[in-house]
Amino acid sequence: MQDYLNLFVKSIFVENMVFAFFLGMCSYLAVSKTVKTAMGLGIAVIFVLVITVPVDWLLNEYILKKGALDWLIGEKAAEVDLSFLSFIMFIAVIASMVQLVEMIVEKFAPALYSSLGIFLPLIAVNCAILGGSLFMQERELASVGEATVYGLGSGVGWLIAIIGIAAIREKIRYSAVPAPLRGLGITFIATGLMGIAFMTFMGIKL
Amino acid sequence: MILELNNTLKMAKNTKLLTDPINLNNPITIQVLGICSALAITVKLEPAIVMSIAVLFVMAFANVIISLLRNTIPSRIRIIVQLVVIAALVILVDQVLKAYVYDVSKQLSVFVGLIITNCIIMGRLEAFALGNKPWESFLDGVGNAGGYAIILIIVAAIRELLGSGTLTLPGLGEVHVLTWLVENTGYENNGLMILPPMALIVVGIIIWVQRAKTRELIEEN
Repeated sequence: MQDYLNLFVKSIFVENMVFAFFLGMCSYLAVSKTVKTAMGLGIAVIFVLVITVPVDWLLNEYILKKGALDWLIGEKAAEVDLSFLSFIMFIAVIASMVQLVEMIVEKFAPALYSSLGIFLPLIAVNCAILGGSLFMQERELASVGEATVYGLGSGVGWLIAIIGIAAIREKIRYSAVPAPLRGLGITFIATGLMGIAFMTFMGIKL
Repeated sequence: MILELNNTLKMAKNTKLLTDPINLNNPITIQVLGICSALAITVKLEPAIVMSIAVLFVMAFANVIISLLRNTIPSRIRIIVQLVVIAALVILVDQVLKAYVYDVSKQLSVFVGLIITNCIIMGRLEAFALGNKPWESFLDGVGNAGGYAIILIIVAAIRELLGSGTLTLPGLGEVHVLTWLVENTGYENNGLMILPPMALIVVGIIIWVQRAKTRELIEEN
């Protein structure tokens, strides 16, 4: 339980998907004009991450890793290393999950669906989602539980980041930003400053 | 004479495909695509150069393949087809990198895989390759990869120079550039430059300079 809490807090603050690794920046910059759309996209991202990271962990553990296929073909599996297929398999899982989320959102929250527009299917190519699975694979998380907690934490971290920048952007419209910095430039600088602020979490040890 | 005019027009259009993305339609600073990798792997110069070459390869050939297939892909599954093509090319690039430049590929770690979700590639496939011929799509891919590479190399050079006083060139290793300053003037490297947030601020400043020089790129309020 202690480990899970540690992993959860670490993935939200210390290894925040946006501020530490810059994952998901494209939709982060594009959908953060108002807090409402930011919230909607953030929750969709959490949902997709919470499901795809554990599923990809299971895929990795039982099919892709070196020697993972021993439950299927016995000892011959020790030399079989399918990890080069991880990219394609992870992307396939993510694309199907996003299609599912899109159908659910269209049915239960049509207003959100139309306000998110093209960015809902674009979650499939959001680097934060694929990045979550690839980091899970690289760090060799020990169990499905850890993978789920990691996915949830990464999603919540991304949500906090996008709501933060959306709130700032809503207010900055009324400030005297120099013309060349208007819009994109000041968002980059504001995100950089938020990143410096989040660095204060680096020393936390639970 | 009409044929000659036609040919010169075509050549001018094609050169535009190569030069537009460098400044006027830069994928990172104007189209806002491909930001993730541009920020994360620019701590040293060499990974930035290797990543630019990898993205160039994937973009050029993904554009050509999708352009060749553009009339046979059913519209409903086109995103999946694009993802499969890109993923296959990235697997190729990843294996080549692991074989020939293993330490750089370790530094790039997950970001080679993340080329698949690099918005520039999908973005240009949707915006250009699906509606244009293979040679033009190839040029568009090369042009956009060039625009991406320029920003990456500028940011990496600034960050590494100010952050560690070195420039890591492929083949040459780490070149200590600021040794005179360090030894004779008490100059200290700016450690903040190596940390992620400065990449964002450096790109913000590049956007500032670019839009101040080319006034028509300034956004309306």
